[in-house]
This record gives sequence, C-alpha cells and structure tokens, in this order.
Amino acid sequence: MGAASGEEGSRDGEAACYVRRVIKVDHASSLLDVRGVTKSFGGVRALRGVDLEVRPGEVHCVLGQNGAGKSTLIKTLAGVHRPDGGQISWLGDDVEIDSPQAAIELGIATMYQELDVVDGLSIAENIFLGHEIAKGGFTRRSEAARQTTELLRRLGHARLSPHTEVGSLSAANKQIVSMARALSHDIKLIIMDEPSAVLDTEEVKNLFAVVRELTGAGIAVVYITHRLEEIREIGDRITVLKDGRTTAVGLPAAETPTAELIRLMTGREVANVFPERAPVASDAPVVLDVEGLELDGVFSDVSFSVRAGEVVGLAGLVGSGRSEILETVYGARKATAGRVRVRDKVLPRGSVRAAVGAGIGLSPEERKSQGLVLDEPIFVNISLASLKRFAKGGFLDDRAARKIAREQIDAFELRPADPDRPARTLSGGNQQKILLARWLVHGTDVLLLDEPTRGVDVGARAEIYALIRDLAAAGNAVVVVSSEIEEVLGLADVVLVVADGRILRTLPSHQIDEHGVLDLVMKGSAA
Amino acid sequence: MSEPTTPTRARTVPTETGVTPAPEAVPAWRRLLSGSAGRNLGLVVALLLIVVIGAVTAQGSFTSLDNMLVILRQASIIGVIAIGMTFVIIAGGIDLSVGSVMGLASVVATLAAVQDLADSLHWSMMIVIALAVGVGAGLINGIVIAYGNVVAFMATLAMLVGARGLAEILAERRTLVVQDRGFITFMNGDILGVDILIWIFAIVAALGWVLLNRTTFGRRTVAVGGNREAARLAGINVKRHTMLLYALTGLCSGIAAVMILGRTTAGTSTHGTLVELDAIAAVVVGGTLLIGGRGTVTGTVFGVLIFATLSNVFVQNNLSSSVQAVAKGVIIVVAVLLQQRFSRPPGRG
Repeated sequence: MGAASGEEGSRDGEAACYVRRVIKVDHASSLLDVRGVTKSFGGVRALRGVDLEVRPGEVHCVLGQNGAGKSTLIKTLAGVHRPDGGQISWLGDDVEIDSPQAAIELGIATMYQELDVVDGLSIAENIFLGHEIAKGGFTRRSEAARQTTELLRRLGHARLSPHTEVGSLSAANKQIVSMARALSHDIKLIIMDEPSAVLDTEEVKNLFAVVRELTGAGIAVVYITHRLEEIREIGDRITVLKDGRTTAVGLPAAETPTAELIRLMTGREVANVFPERAPVASDAPVVLDVEGLELDGVFSDVSFSVRAGEVVGLAGLVGSGRSEILETVYGARKATAGRVRVRDKVLPRGSVRAAVGAGIGLSPEERKSQGLVLDEPIFVNISLASLKRFAKGGFLDDRAARKIAREQIDAFELRPADPDRPARTLSGGNQQKILLARWLVHGTDVLLLDEPTRGVDVGARAEIYALIRDLAAAGNAVVVVSSEIEEVLGLADVVLVVADGRILRTLPSHQIDEHGVLDLVMKGSAA
Repeated sequence: MSEPTTPTRARTVPTETGVTPAPEAVPAWRRLLSGSAGRNLGLVVALLLIVVIGAVTAQGSFTSLDNMLVILRQASIIGVIAIGMTFVIIAGGIDLSVGSVMGLASVVATLAAVQDLADSLHWSMMIVIALAVGVGAGLINGIVIAYGNVVAFMATLAMLVGARGLAEILAERRTLVVQDRGFITFMNGDILGVDILIWIFAIVAALGWVLLNRTTFGRRTVAVGGNREAARLAGINVKRHTMLLYALTGLCSGIAAVMILGRTTAGTSTHGTLVELDAIAAVVVGGTLLIGGRGTVTGTVFGVLIFATLSNVFVQNNLSSSVQAVAKGVIIVVAVLLQQRFSRPPGRG
C-alpha cells in the first residue's frame, strides 16, 4: 500500500537528519533580491512596491490574501509580466527578466496554480516541451523517455510511465509532471504556486519530501500557500504581501505566531475558527434523504439524510467519490441505482432541472469553470439561477436584479461592493460568496457545497464558514465536501467518512478527529 | 535574524519509495479504444465494411486493381489538403481558404507558363510558382491570425472569398490550358504502376506523420492546440508557430494545385471549390478533435480513404451524387458520435 511505504520513507529520512546551515543576513549571499517592484494593469495597481529576498537552499513562503499580488509577483519573476519599476537582482547582479525563456535561462522555474500541462501530450513530451531533446528538429524520444524516468524516480513516482498521456492523469500526478518539468531545467530557484491545492494529505507528504530533497541540493523554493500549517512544516522564512505591498520580510516560519501572520495579511485581527454550532432541533424535519445511491464504477450504496438546519460533511481523499456523490444527488450525473428524496418528493434520476425545482442548490468544486460566468458582472451571476424572478414578459429587468444583488453584497460583505464588476476580477473568497448568494436569492432547501474554501484565504474563510452556518440556521439542509478534513469536522454536525466510493462510517463530528478519519480511510482503502 | 539552535522539525531525504496512487482502474479494452490506436482501429473497421459492401454490390468492377487505383487517385488531392488541415485543427485553428488558395495557385502557375516564361523556363518553375503562391497566401492567413489576433475562422473565410476573386480576375473567368507537354506527361505518369498523384499523397502523408510525431514542430503544434498558455509559458513562440502552421496548409494547397493542374491539364479559378469542407470532414472523421490538442495523420488518411471509397461504391452502383451527399452527412455524424462514445472517460453520465 502506498501509504505505508510513504511512512517508511520519512522514517528513513529522519535517520539521515538534515543539519541547518548557518545563514548570515547578507544581501550579497542572496540568490534573488527583489526591491520595490511595481506593476499596473490598466489603472489597477497590482504591485505597489514588493520586496522579496530568497537565499540558496531555503523554503521561502509567500503569504497573502487573494488579490494581494502573489500571482503577479510570481509571473513577474517568471518573465510573463515585465515590472513597471523596481529592481530584481539575481546572484548579486541586476537583471531584466523579459520572457519565460529568460527566467529559465537564469535558473528560475515556475509551477503555476492552473495546471500548465498539455493533456494531449505524453508525460515525457510535456516535461521537455519548449526545450525538446532533439537533433535537427527531430525529437530523440528514447533519450527523453530515459531522462523522464530519472526525473520521476527523483520525485518518488517511478511507477509513472514517460509515455502515459497526461490527460489521463489525476490532478496530483499532473502536478508531478509540472514539477518534473521545472526540474528538467538546470535551476537554482523553483516557484510553487499553491502546489498543495489539488493534493490530498498523502500526496502533500510526498511533495514535502521532494521540496526537502531540492533544498538539500541547494535549490531555493518560493512556496505559496494559504495553509498556515504547511508553512510551519516546510517553511524557513516568510514574506507577507498585502494589497500589492510587502508588509513583512523574512519572518522565521517556525516561530511567528499565527495571529501575527493573519494580522499582517489582513490588517485586522481575525480568528480562524469555526462558528459555534447551534444544536439541531430534534424534531427538525428530514429535508434531504438519499437511499442506496449508486453510480456505476464510482460509488455504491450511499445512504444518508439531512435535517433542516443540519450540516452534513463528507470527508475523504481526492478520488474517493465525494464530489461525484454531490453531483449525482444534484442530477448532474445520472445515478445507476437508488433514489434521492427532497421532503416527500422523489427526484427523477439525472435531472438537474428537477433538483433545482425541488430546492437543491450546488456550489461546484471548480468555481471558475463550473459555477461562474466569469466575464459577466456580479449581479448577473447572482441572479443566474432565478432569472424568471427578474423577467417581465420574457425581458430581463436588470434594475431589479441589481437591487437584489446590492442587498446580497451588503449582507455578505462582498468586495468590491459593485454589482457591475465582472466576477473574474474578484478574489476566490468573494467568488464563493457570489455562489452562496445565488442560492440564497433563489431560495433553496438543500445546499450542496463542494470545496467551499478552495483557493480562499484564511481571512475570508472564517466569513464563509459563518455564512454556511447562517444558511443552515435559516433552515437549509447543507452538505459539505472538502479535502481539508479539519474543515469538515469543524463545520459539520454529522460526518460521513468516504473511501473508494463507499460510506465507511456515519457519526457526529465531535466523536471523531482528523486522525480518526484518516485511520478509517486508510483501513477502508486497504480492505 | 534569529537562528534556531535546534531544528524544530526534521528534514528528510526522500527515498525511492514515494507514494504513488494506484493507477486509475480502467478496463484494458476501454483504454485501447480510447487511445489513438483504438480510434484508428475503428476507422480500419469502417473502411473494411465499406469495401465489403462495395465488393458485394458491385462485384468485379469494384475489386479490380484498376478501380483501387481510381479510388486512391481521387483521394490524393483532398488527401494532401487534409494532411495540412490536420495540423491547423490540432493546433486549435481552422483553414477555410485551402480550396480557393488551391484555385488561385493553379491559375497563377498556368498564367506564368502560358506567358513568355514558358519558352525560357523549365516546367518545374510552374511547380515552384504554385507552391510559392500557396505558402504566400498561407503566410498572409497566419500573420493576420497570429499577429492581428483575428479569429482563424474569419481570417481564412476572408481569404476564401478574396483568393477566389483574385483568381477570377487573373484568369478573366477563362480556363487556362497547360501547354507544357513535359509537365503533363510527368504528372500523369506512374512509378511501379502507381500514379504520380498517389505517390505525392503517400509522400505528403508520410512526411506529415514524421512532422507530427517525430519533430519539435509537431510536438509544439499539439501543445499550442491543447493548452496555448502552457505552450507560451514553456517558452514556445506561439504566434510564430501559428503563422507557420497556416503557411503549412498553404503549402499543401500549393501541392494540391500542382496535382490538379496535372490531372486536368488546366488552371481555373473554380479548382478546389468546397475542398475545404471535404478536408475538414476527413480530418474530423479521422479522430482529430475540432477544439484542438489531439489528432493523428494516420486517422486523417483513413478519413480521406473512407470518403473516397464510399463515393466510388456509389458510382459503381449508379447512384446519384445527391444520395452520396446524404450518406456522407450521415457518416460524419455517426463517426463523431462513435468517437465520443469511446473517448469518453468512464463514469461520466
């Protein structure tokens, strides 16, 4: 079993414990030194003066809320954007990074958050894309395959074949390909933009092992993440960005208190805690009742019920079938057996229309591709599920829709508070709020939330949690899916532990902790 | 900067026993069918089916070696165009102008030959001119699309109309007869009993296969079509590559112009009318995705052969071209439906 061998790997590693080098505070010894970099897009100032100093062999974490300028900073270092002002030095020399090629030549490789791989090409072809191993324009495939195998072995994924088409890989394995591509160059610095966002616990462990191997070899890692606990585990120093400015440079990752980091990121005091659960009334009616639901080859025999005001959480690893369960309840996938009942009404299989009609709302996992019309303004996105309400004789009444949207913006503290801003320009947290507002306006009885805080920073998370609680308190039956087990446990009244398309256990969330869930999942998969 | 005296956490060096998730459980037959080999297998079956129908309904006249060569000859010109089209479609583009560029090239090449040039220059100049016109028109397409950020559909639609008009002006709506005997003899000759036209198709297909599967150009074509942003971030000059792709379809149009000049011994602005649709149909039936990112030259060759064989079966059975057209339409829809069935990942409703 993969999990067991991973444990062994890290134990071996501890024996060969890594000794920290003494790093002097000396700008001459820094690998990368960014000073006062600015960048504007049109009238929007994305970077207003960013400093970042990275030393060889360190893991340097960059923290910041969505919209703080992390992505712009990365793309500036990767040669995608050219800065308007400021200076970048590399190994003590001032440099201009004016193309992706220039960045790679310096020794800077970037793993982007959106998986930047080509589905139709094989693993080897993706890794050497743009710098193919070729002679006179003809590719040398066996050499590329050999080097790919070597890279994959180095990343602990020797079982992947270089010839596998990338389109058939899981998101986690695509990330491995992306990392192998970065390593296929002769690099001194690798930038990882939220690499753990698509990974589950085991895979994050493996990622960290790789990061440690890289830093052991003197390669610096700029690591971007929302998860503070990851910074504690892997980071050496932290730079914090807020509103396009650096608010702190080179904080020690292990010692800086969480409250301090959150204050630096948000400019205010925020506790990253889950809201109080109000006890669900024992006579609350069952709103959603799922019985024996099955989707051939994905999951089977899924039964649960949710009462009004109750939050039920599905905990499990990526690929366990949790998202598919939600999508099947919603009718986006056609169940092969079983039935879904909302109040007393049995829903026809595979009909989203019927599900929405019965009062079910879904906030999908891929917010950007499945949930939002990105280029449309906020008010259009909010009114999307209830267009009938805003139509008069077939013509849409935008004024009414804007009015409702404004109410929701106020209630949810959506920022920017402008109903005409395109959804694309909002941060992840605010985009999530749009989706919640959409269903609130539509009036739902059942809310299905798939990864409600993916890509949402710590500051906005607490707000989303509170909103989800409010929606439950208003009488909704809520089902939450998340890869972060802690989030499921903190948010839900009842937890269903899912593995390999089966529900292993149903129990009140206060009767189990994160380890307990993982234990169940591991045993379940092994069985 | 404070320096921790004891590491708060152990750094570990990974061993080779990293965590590898179990490969997705997909039945072998499904993996085979959804791979490119599987898609091509389906095409082979379809082609064989049509051949069997032809052999049964038209008997001797269909299965004769001569008739096989007729089919291949008819497939050859569309085939060359379709090979070029495969590349732009894999790259996520489309070229609607191939037919009229082919007509234009045929007119310009014949005009050059009937004028003074004919006496002083060898007939191979006609070929060079036709290819140059094709590449030139293709480059214009490519520049407008890549650097002018015009949607490929519109840019090449403009070229479709414009090139045809230009060909009419140059030819003054007449058919220009090729006088050069050397050219005609060469183009209508054969090697080892197989027509030159068929050889040209075979060579273009083989070169196309090598270009797509064994060169950096082909690799980058798939990347541009599959994930344009990833290609750009990998340091590929996407604009230049896009431009070159349209030059490539232009080149194929030029080659097709030479072929049709040889076969009909005349250049006219009506050469290549609606060829673009036949070519696109063959490419799509051959399994190349219209949205780009995936496709094969082998599949395109089969697509072309399927249509050519089908129309031959209809001719052998004395069925009208209208019936043929209906059958073609049905085949396109069925082929695309079948592909979706087999290439769909399991578990999706």
